[in-house]
Amino acid sequence: MKRPSAARILAIARKEFFHLRRDRLTGGMVAGIPIVMTLLFGYAINNDVRHLNTAVVDEANTSTTRALIRDAAASQVVRYTKQATNVHELEQMIAAAKISTGLYIPADFEERLAQGRKPYAQLLVDDSDPTILSAARGLTALPVPTASAGKRQQTSLEVRPLYNPERRSAVFIVPGLCGVILTLTMVLFTSIAIVRERERGNLELLITTPVQSLELMIGKIIPYILIGYVQISLIVLLGLILFDVPLRGSWSDFYASAGVFVLSILTLGLLISTAAATQFQAFQMTFMTFLPQLLLSGFMFPFEGMPQAAQYLAEIFPLTHFLRIVRGVVLRDASLSMMAADIWPLFAFFAVGMAVATLRFRKRLD
Amino acid sequence: METFAIETRELTRCFGDLVAVDHVNLKIPAGSIYGFIGPNGCGKSTTIRMLCGLLLPSDGGATVLGIDVLRDPEAIKSKIGYMTQRFSLYQDLTVRENLQFLSEIHRLPRVNRRARIQAQLERFGLQDRERQLAGTLSGGQRQRLALAAVTLHEPKLLFLDEPTSAVDPESRREFWEFLFDMVDQGTTVLVTTHFMDEAERCHLIAILDRGALVAEGSPKTLMAELPATVVEVESEVVRPVRQALIALDPVIDVAQLGSRLHVLVRPEVSQPEMFLGNVLARKELQAELRTVTPNLEDVFVMATTGRARPS
Ligand SMILES: Nc1ncnc2c1ncn2[C@@H]1O[C@H](COP(=O)(O)OP(=O)(O)OP(=O)(O)O)[C@@H](O)[C@H]1O
Ligand SMILES: [Mg+2]
Repeated sequence: MKRPSAARILAIARKEFFHLRRDRLTGGMVAGIPIVMTLLFGYAINNDVRHLNTAVVDEANTSTTRALIRDAAASQVVRYTKQATNVHELEQMIAAAKISTGLYIPADFEERLAQGRKPYAQLLVDDSDPTILSAARGLTALPVPTASAGKRQQTSLEVRPLYNPERRSAVFIVPGLCGVILTLTMVLFTSIAIVRERERGNLELLITTPVQSLELMIGKIIPYILIGYVQISLIVLLGLILFDVPLRGSWSDFYASAGVFVLSILTLGLLISTAAATQFQAFQMTFMTFLPQLLLSGFMFPFEGMPQAAQYLAEIFPLTHFLRIVRGVVLRDASLSMMAADIWPLFAFFAVGMAVATLRFRKRLD
Repeated sequence: METFAIETRELTRCFGDLVAVDHVNLKIPAGSIYGFIGPNGCGKSTTIRMLCGLLLPSDGGATVLGIDVLRDPEAIKSKIGYMTQRFSLYQDLTVRENLQFLSEIHRLPRVNRRARIQAQLERFGLQDRERQLAGTLSGGQRQRLALAAVTLHEPKLLFLDEPTSAVDPESRREFWEFLFDMVDQGTTVLVTTHFMDEAERCHLIAILDRGALVAEGSPKTLMAELPATVVEVESEVVRPVRQALIALDPVIDVAQLGSRLHVLVRPEVSQPEMFLGNVLARKELQAELRTVTPNLEDVFVMATTGRARPS
């Protein structure tokens, strides 16, 4: 194959802009969907989780604290998966999304208990995911393990939300909403990119020119990368202004990860576009891929509460990974390197999707 | 030795049970205007699509500008221009934007691009329309734009699928002037049409019927060698005369032109004028008869109704 030509790619990209400029409806959707959805979702959703990945730092290490640790596990809300030696390490692991909660028992646990000085111990919680916080709250009812049954039972744990102590739902929802809205709009726009040319009869002319499949695919998605950035900025700004959602990580990390996500989700649209025979089919396929992503990505329902099979499936979706990244960067001040485990799957999705779309697209009518 | 721009060998295309193009063998000389004529659905567009590399032949093959369509369809695409039967430019782009886009896709050198687009706009009388959306152009303007678009990169071979179906007679003449200019510069043109006057302007024509090539040659030869006699019948009672004649076995076809009838008679009849006259006299129908030279429409009718048609 000959080397793709940048001039041709730009020509296609510019043409797509012309289409957009004259398509009022799509133009309205660029700004309309993010605004409406951010406002609608601004206030919502709480859920139940089990088996939160947890690490323990037990500085007291007495029989009571060991019993407490066992009791917490027996509740099935937490599951010990990592080791840590101090509180700082716990916080680091939470920021990097290695664990969801950290159980911290101070060295003076027994003294505090004897003096009735609460809290005796703390459960550090990654409340950038609201479902985790509500699950962790269940643990605060856990009593102090005590030998004398007659003594009045007292609770031992205090939950310490790390990122959103006021529990404002918008703070949880808005970062994730970036991913959800982009998943909908980007796929909606690109899924018709090629079918529309087919339906309107433009394709017969276009495929009789020397344009290459790869040039066509890249040229088609360029305008939408820019639109994706416009949308994501709009959502974050709305979040900031209306709901006071902080951006704790760096803007550059945020935009870089958004860029990778947009690329991956645009290729999903292109894939649909090469498969659909009509624009209506493209719409149907868009919603068929959108719903599972919405339900399984961890936006609507807690990821850790889902069955294994559903979790494996969800790992394929770009939205699943972007939700983790965006919660990390926006709420936990995580750096991109801390989120690497969720960034490479997006790259992989983009590369594979692009290759498949390019190969699937035949410059033929049959 | 004559060089051929297009050669097909038993070119065939099926859609399910339907044989849309049926073992067609063509040799189209370079630098000529070659006309495809035939009834709707006879396979003209399908043949062109196979030659452009847009449809795979079910059987047989073709060489276009020396390149095998099966082996390297992409190499063909930079050398040809294909004006589709259905308007295929972007209706929501302006005239200029459409031309600009195609000039970039064809990678015309940047320095010539503006001048080339300007020249095309002027040549096709679209300079006043350059900012108009292509979708709002009139039928004839659209066709001029389409032709401007497919000749932008100066292709060696032009496929024009019913390019003049919405064009007024005056513009059609200009259109053909343009085609002859292109041929003078060495371009080969393959054009489909339903207009007999246009077919007559072609150097060579091929008549297709239900996918098969049923006649080929220059219009003049085809008319001269028509295997039938044409008798013109003039009468005050045209309809009864027509009914009487069409019932006759040796009469292939009767076409009415006002008060005249154009009658195609099989060559087996040695004196057709007398034969028809006798028939009419027996039925006491008044008519004047005279033998005339066949026109291209007679050739067309002969070629496409001469074959047994499944009823
Ligand atoms: N993609 C397709 N699928 C099925 N049948 C097809 C397809 N394309 C064409 N045909 C059939 O093949 C036959 C030839 O079609 P084609 O378009 O080549 O005719 P045509 O000679 O160009 O007719 P017209 O003068 O009406 O343009 C027709 O019967 C048509 O219905
Ligand atoms: Mg046709």
